[in-house]
Amino acid sequence: MSTPLGIAALALLATTTVAAVEANAAKIRVACYSDGNECEATEELSARFMKDNPDIEVLIDKMPYKSILESLPVQLAAGNGPDVARVTIAGPIMKYFLDLTPYLKDPGYWETNFGAMLPWLRPNATDKGIYGLPTQMTVTAPIVNKTLFEQAGMPLPGPEATWDDWVAAVAKVAKATNTPFGMAWDRSGHRFAGAAISMGAKYFDANGDPAVIDDGFKAMASRFVRWNEDGVVEKDVWAAAGSGYRDAFEEFANAKIALYLSGSWQLTRLQKQISDGFDWVVVPNPCGPASCTGMPGGASFVAFKQTTSPKEVARWLQWLASEPVYAEWMAMTSNISGHAALQKGGVKYKLTPAGNAAIAAFSLNASKISPVAYRLQGYPLSGALFNPVVDRLSQAINGQITLDQAYQRITSDVADAIAAAAKK
Amino acid sequence: MAAIAPSAGRLLGACFGAVMNLPERPMRWAQSRLRDGRLGWLFVGPNLAVFGLFTFLPIAVDFWYSLTGSTELLPKNRPYVGLDNFTTLLACGEYLDPNSCVRDTFWYGVWNTAKFVLLQVGLMISLSLLTALVLNRKIIGRGVFRAVFFYPVLLSPVVVALIWKWILQRDGVLNAALRSTGVSSTNWLLDPNWAFFWTVFVSIWAHMGFYTLILLAGLQAIPRDIYEAANMDAASPWRTFYRLTLPLLMPSLVVVFILGMIRAVQIFDEVYVLTGGGPGTATTFMVEYIYNTGFAQSVREYGMAAAASLLLAGVLLVFTALQLKGLLRVGRGSPH
Repeated sequence: MSTPLGIAALALLATTTVAAVEANAAKIRVACYSDGNECEATEELSARFMKDNPDIEVLIDKMPYKSILESLPVQLAAGNGPDVARVTIAGPIMKYFLDLTPYLKDPGYWETNFGAMLPWLRPNATDKGIYGLPTQMTVTAPIVNKTLFEQAGMPLPGPEATWDDWVAAVAKVAKATNTPFGMAWDRSGHRFAGAAISMGAKYFDANGDPAVIDDGFKAMASRFVRWNEDGVVEKDVWAAAGSGYRDAFEEFANAKIALYLSGSWQLTRLQKQISDGFDWVVVPNPCGPASCTGMPGGASFVAFKQTTSPKEVARWLQWLASEPVYAEWMAMTSNISGHAALQKGGVKYKLTPAGNAAIAAFSLNASKISPVAYRLQGYPLSGALFNPVVDRLSQAINGQITLDQAYQRITSDVADAIAAAAKK
Repeated sequence: MAAIAPSAGRLLGACFGAVMNLPERPMRWAQSRLRDGRLGWLFVGPNLAVFGLFTFLPIAVDFWYSLTGSTELLPKNRPYVGLDNFTTLLACGEYLDPNSCVRDTFWYGVWNTAKFVLLQVGLMISLSLLTALVLNRKIIGRGVFRAVFFYPVLLSPVVVALIWKWILQRDGVLNAALRSTGVSSTNWLLDPNWAFFWTVFVSIWAHMGFYTLILLAGLQAIPRDIYEAANMDAASPWRTFYRLTLPLLMPSLVVVFILGMIRAVQIFDEVYVLTGGGPGTATTFMVEYIYNTGFAQSVREYGMAAAASLLLAGVLLVFTALQLKGLLRVGRGSPH
């Protein structure tokens, strides 16, 4: 064989081999939503993973959060779901989760480093499966427009300040600076729960069954409705419904409120959208008689039973979970690490000074989370406890029903949802 | 070259003839086997199969879902619960007071929809008729006005809702305009009564052009000589309208009435984007209740949603029957 012919033959062989490997590569489809840039960062890291693992192809399908909530359960039920998805609420799709334990090289590493969040993906306390990789730990906390406080000549309330102290302060700031409202909370039962637990809400009875309405809950609900009526809280956020409500973040970014109750997942947006528009700070969660807590949370990449490539899915997640990659991932996404070892300063964030201060403040808030809040977050049907609170308090704010009627409705809505989920 | 053309044409013709005659043999066979009355089924069969697959099968599935419970999606995993979903939906202390009902949101949806249908259909037909009467006259810029009134029909419901949301929101265009003239602003989408008013208004704005067009076509189909005769008899404009135009326009009005009513009962898209059903449940309509129950809640009650959709279908069926009856009556009474 002449040399040129030989080179051509080798080139052809190489090309066909590469094509064959690509054709045989196990495809992992990932349904991904972003709070900031999580999907883009995962895609960037996965490109590196695929270079080192040419037998695996990771395809990140970016979609809105609403699609994860509404379309993913239907896809999974129809047996047509992705291999992996990024989710926050596990309950409704938990039965489709794949236990990764048999495919992981070192399940102990996962228990050691992600042990606080793994139970949120489990159907009950006795289950010890590893169903996914937490992509971040989140914590709710107030974010304050410091510039407005300075303009009003008001000091920020201290770390032990109560919700009533904060409401009085933001009302004064709003009045002094001609800002439309004092504060806004994300329209979410999860966000409300942190404040309610501070007031003493337990969400469960002594038997461990859901019991949303108690004196602590009522203390916060009555306050919240009154603050909406008074105009201290921006009514447009909670009083509206469906897709008609205002994005409280946009109101904060446009300096129309002095305090915004949201969480650590907003960090990327805060840095990008507000930039140097005004000074903002994350403050400790306001206190109530019971505690000064926010709500924990987090998103996870969960694997599904219907995947045809469980080993490859586990390999990819294992790679993402490894300490250096995970640290890089958290730095890229400006998220609080769900990895216990990295929570002690192991992530080198590339943030602005305000961003660094915010991460520190969010982490401090995370250390003060009440056990009640952890328990609530870990309840598989937590969504069934959160949603009626939003719907019914929204009706009460609008004067459609009284607060007492709202409490009755929340109780019956929760009972109906749990009964519907229990029907086999 | 000239000799080739006719032979190529003949060949092409023969091929075309052969292709066109292909169904002849099977048709002859079918004709010999099937009696005349049954042959029609052969022609409508494929269409019926497609229609059955995409219309009748989903209806049958919907019936099954309405009789089953649980949050499972696949029918085989859903337990039979009989009429439980219907009895839960219809359980009320006082039907006029949604708060006394087990599923209060459903009844808010029912009454809101009823109120919406009455207001929206009534106002829309009146305004469409008025607009059609004006646009049927020889006025300056008639073509432009016809286009202007029809233009919103071309817009997607989501676009319509977004445009009006920007106008009506707290710091929207309308409030800015009011403030600039010294009038205090109103939170149009947060006050339950105003929010309801605007859902009716936006819906009329978006769909009026379509119904105006139907009525305009109806008006133009009325022979001119009837009006000339009325004019010679010195009939007043009101009498001409009441005794001539309205009766002759009745077939078009019946169509507009029924189409408008069906569309109003099905209202969802514009309102979902504009108000999301709020504030509270002030603009929650039946279709939104079905959507929320079946697809947006964290615990999905497909059976309850299916039962609610069947109740809605029952209402639509009544309207359709009314349409058929109305059309038949108008047809019988028509002078043509």
